[in-house]
Amino acid sequence: MFIDVAITLLKIAFVFGLVLNIAGILGWAERKQSAVMQDRIGANRADILGLRLFGLFHPIADIVKVITKEDWIPPGGDKFLHTLAPFLALFTALAVFAVIPFGDTLHIAGRDIPLVIADLNVGILFVIAFGSLGIYSVVLAGWSSDNKYSLLGSMRAAAQVISYELALALSVVGVIMAYGSVELDDIARAQGQYVLGIIPYWGVIAQPLGFLIFFAAAMAETKRTPFDLPECESEIIGYFTEYSGFKFLAFWMGEFIEVIAVAGVVTTLYFGGWQVPFIDSQGFFVPGLFTIPLPHLLVVVIQVTAFILKVCFFCWFMLLVRWTLPRFRYDQLMGFGWKFLLPLAFLNVILSGVIFMSFEG
Amino acid sequence: MQGYWLAIVLTFLIAALIPGLLIFLSTILGPKRLTPEKALPFECGMDPSGPARERFPIKFYLVAVLFLVFDVEVVFFYPWAVLYKKLAIFGLLEMMVFTLFVGLALLYAWKEGVLEWR
Repeated sequence: MFIDVAITLLKIAFVFGLVLNIAGILGWAERKQSAVMQDRIGANRADILGLRLFGLFHPIADIVKVITKEDWIPPGGDKFLHTLAPFLALFTALAVFAVIPFGDTLHIAGRDIPLVIADLNVGILFVIAFGSLGIYSVVLAGWSSDNKYSLLGSMRAAAQVISYELALALSVVGVIMAYGSVELDDIARAQGQYVLGIIPYWGVIAQPLGFLIFFAAAMAETKRTPFDLPECESEIIGYFTEYSGFKFLAFWMGEFIEVIAVAGVVTTLYFGGWQVPFIDSQGFFVPGLFTIPLPHLLVVVIQVTAFILKVCFFCWFMLLVRWTLPRFRYDQLMGFGWKFLLPLAFLNVILSGVIFMSFEG
Repeated sequence: MQGYWLAIVLTFLIAALIPGLLIFLSTILGPKRLTPEKALPFECGMDPSGPARERFPIKFYLVAVLFLVFDVEVVFFYPWAVLYKKLAIFGLLEMMVFTLFVGLALLYAWKEGVLEWR
């Protein structure tokens, strides 16, 4: 009992430590990415004892600065809800990571430790539920701020997130059909099979259209450019206009943690999770030819590293998209969700059903 | 079986502790100097006119209602998808009929102009 709790706490420390650090580095990476793409230098001023390290100290400087800033609550607003909103933004974003598997089962000292915090049998529903709970923070922030633009921003965000929620939830159905489970660990494990003996049977191979729908809808859920209508720095500023100090940073960090969560879910559902092609618990192998045995611990380390690298790749990809595409118009945004992605997601479910069935039979 | 609920509770506790602690820290560490100008809502530099909790367009409400309808229908896909291989061709045909009806509902909403953002 005690040792189980200790192991769980260790896993939580590992995952949250990783997520919060990647979130901090993403804050720096976004500034650098935009700077590179706009031919500027970007954040490089923060230094510790003259050591600048390409501006990598900026996230630390941000946190220190923001915690010692005035925490201001609008006199006309609702004190409790105004404080609750940034709390929920971080809480719901962090809670998603409870069910994302980051490695194969670890056998150590006679114990089998699944490398996921909670091996929930309704994993994918948990992710979708907490993904949409995040909307409460946005709506509460807009409502409690006593500011018309904040309210407008939060209304836009609510409408946008629930619209894309449908396409998102429906595109996952294809993955469940392919692997026959809603448990994320099962889905990641099932992606270790091979089609035609050589191509890894990842979600993106089974569900290419589903992946595109999922990725587009998930990017809309994170409310970043090109879907940043709730925020619109150049027009309505957004639902967190009336926030200062750490509460403002909470929204900002919550956004990055959502990006990491989306990257993690995309990796788990469509890019094999922690699977590395041609490496399994036996070692490195070439299908049908030979196997080079590798020690168990090394295999697990390779798989966890592969998972982290895949997640980092998708985080970076989302930064790239953000600084490449211009913003939608609001009617285009709603039209894209309802008239394009949703029918396409329905079509994807039926098409996958027919295709899987014809392969089976 | 019981193991993962404990893990979920622990995750929730820690996920609540991190933002809770940081928000608490920022409320006690920051200065408090409220001026009349600072107390005004920031509405693009103009003095605010009237209360903020104004009426908002009915469109947002319609989207929410549509979402409720379709979200419930999407949830029906999940149990079917898990059992997809067992239900085989019969399940697939049933689902095609169901999707047809959902598609008709979407088409109706489309035709009525609910999806047009004006």
